[in-house]
Amino acid sequence: MSVGAVEPAPLDSAPAPTGKAKGKDGQTSTIGGSARFVPGQSNRQITVVNGKAQVRQRLKDLWRNRDLLVLLTRTQLKVKYKNSVLGYLWSMLNPALVLAVYYVVFKVIARNTIPSFAIFLFCGLLVWNLFNNAAMAATGVVVANAGIVKKVAFPRELLALSSVGVALVLFAIQVVVLILALVVFGITPSLPFLITLPIALLALVVFTSAISVFLSAVNVYLRDTQHLTEVLLMAWFWSIPVVYPYGQIAGALSDHHLGSFKWVYLMDPVTPIALAFQRTMYGRSQYTVKGASTVTHMLPNWGPSTYCLILGVVLVASIILFLLSLIVFGRLEGNFAEEL
Amino acid sequence: MAVAIEVSDISKQFRLYNERYTSLKERVIHGGKMPFTPFWALQDVNVEINEGETFGILGRNGCGKSTLLKCIAGILKPTSGEIRVRGSLAAMLELGAGFQPELSGRDNIFLNGSLLGLPRSEIEKRFDEIVAFAELEQFIDNQVKYYSSGMYVRLGFAVAVNVEPDVLLVDEVLAVGDAAFQRKCLDHVRKFQQEGRTIVVVSHATDTIRQNCERVMVMNHGKVITIDEPGEGIRVYLADLLGVGTLDNSETGGIEGNVFAIGTVQAEHGGMGTRSHLYPGESLSIIADLDSLAPVQNAIATIAIHDDKNELVFASDPDDPGCQMEVPLGGGQIRFDFAEVPLLDGTYSVSVGIRSLTETAIFDWKDQVTQFEVANPGRATGRVRLLPAVSFRRRSTGLTGEVPVVERIGGISGSPVAETITS
Repeated sequence: MSVGAVEPAPLDSAPAPTGKAKGKDGQTSTIGGSARFVPGQSNRQITVVNGKAQVRQRLKDLWRNRDLLVLLTRTQLKVKYKNSVLGYLWSMLNPALVLAVYYVVFKVIARNTIPSFAIFLFCGLLVWNLFNNAAMAATGVVVANAGIVKKVAFPRELLALSSVGVALVLFAIQVVVLILALVVFGITPSLPFLITLPIALLALVVFTSAISVFLSAVNVYLRDTQHLTEVLLMAWFWSIPVVYPYGQIAGALSDHHLGSFKWVYLMDPVTPIALAFQRTMYGRSQYTVKGASTVTHMLPNWGPSTYCLILGVVLVASIILFLLSLIVFGRLEGNFAEEL
Repeated sequence: MAVAIEVSDISKQFRLYNERYTSLKERVIHGGKMPFTPFWALQDVNVEINEGETFGILGRNGCGKSTLLKCIAGILKPTSGEIRVRGSLAAMLELGAGFQPELSGRDNIFLNGSLLGLPRSEIEKRFDEIVAFAELEQFIDNQVKYYSSGMYVRLGFAVAVNVEPDVLLVDEVLAVGDAAFQRKCLDHVRKFQQEGRTIVVVSHATDTIRQNCERVMVMNHGKVITIDEPGEGIRVYLADLLGVGTLDNSETGGIEGNVFAIGTVQAEHGGMGTRSHLYPGESLSIIADLDSLAPVQNAIATIAIHDDKNELVFASDPDDPGCQMEVPLGGGQIRFDFAEVPLLDGTYSVSVGIRSLTETAIFDWKDQVTQFEVANPGRATGRVRLLPAVSFRRRSTGLTGEVPVVERIGGISGSPVAETITS
């Protein structure tokens, strides 16, 4: 729903063009108010409801309602683990079990030679879990909250973003577990690469938000999206270097004289982000098998600045995607109350 | 006076899909097109609601009043047109709409308050007030799913009113909780009015609208029929709802073999010529044409009045000697004159009959043959206009010999007019 321009202009003057938004951040939120009522207070803001969806206004509304985002995230978390005996433990248990399965399959059965394979796996899974959890939850979130969407006016993107928030909380818990694991296994992260992590995380959150907002809106109109998302995410997961190292893909491409296609592979925004986490936390880009003389490359040979550059590009692209997703959401949102 | 809500040329189209294809397969098969019939829930609605005004919206089910409210609230996006709202706005479309059953009452207050646009710090400040208003001190940390429906709704109302918006939208939710809570809700609405806030109420309850609203908008089929003061608005609404004047007046014929036949029956009232309805307290005459095939002595004319819910309001006393008459061959007119109709608003139907005094045989009976309409411009509600003379006598203090008396004298239109007399 577009709750349009906020203008300090008086209502009874000639209708001002709605295109320009002159509101200041100091004003009360667009929907609902914060100030105690003062009769005759003259500088109250004007809310315009019309058919238009303006990205700037939407961003402003999102910022004003950040309290609500926190609350919605907390609500989702509480509801998710309420009435389960292990509660929040599941948020650690679940990835731990997944990790165990992959470890058994790729280390014990497939016998790969990567040292501390579990840690390597964990670094990539961390990134994937954030993206995957958010996208899966966000797809159904507007439909699941039909009751609120139909009866209360608020920026509905917050529902999708709260799914990202939940995934981010679970991400934080897993990071703590990873750091503990690093200490236990005596693995030193590459400190020069530490600078890439904030950019990588920011890019990941923005990209995840873009996809989540888009999917949540589309699913209202096309309920197949939910099932389609599951399948696509599965394919996506195997396409990024998490359970196998990037080096294997690069090697395979070189073997087929397709070396320049590496860049095509890196176009997937999740890939460079996962690489950054692996490079930093796992702490090495290559290894030598004991007794052998060949060096196996796992990760690209880039320095921190190259990582930052690539991640910067991903971040900019993610921001553009996020703005586009807001436009799509705004277009589709107008009829949510009817479609649900 | 400043305008609080300005609705300009709002139209809203709904699509009534003949068949819905929400799955991808179906969409692909049908080429992405879904056949639908456009339905205009709102058509070119224009209205300006002033600041501090209590504004009622009346209309039958499906007339678009709730859609309009949702558009003002920003829940639905209008197909065309624009709505401008000055100040903060809170909508009570469904109480407790945003509640999460799994969470405690405490968490839900924060969640719902935030959904209505209240910042966290404000909710913390008003938390105790909200809990006290909802009368849920004991249960505030219980999960909402264990609440009774009354508790649920009370909590919803408590949060909504504590948002303290400049503009409050209410959709028929005031009829919640027990009688005591209802009164509390109404008191709160009155407080809002006194504070100069703008309230928009959508309701079927004409009594609530009459007593609380300054202006009323009547809608039908998505269009505005009239915007007027409550008395006139309610009259138009009732006329629209009940289709006054479309009562089946077709001849039912006299009772077979009877000597009498009542022909046309007409109602005349004090406001004839200027308006179709009468005001409470005005005169009314029911005139029935009577054909008779034989002269009859001791005929008795009877009259009965039913209200719009088909409840009997009045039936004449058959033993009243005033109803007795002698009807000559050929017939004539029976007149029932009421010097004053002490009824409040509504549409009343009139049945007229004639029977014999001695044989208790009914010569003819025309059931609900005509109707008249009473429109009440005042704020009194109910069925009957009673004019109480109210006075107040101060308890004697023994200090002064003179006792000041404050008197209230009943007004003319059914609403008591206060007047102070001090002796």
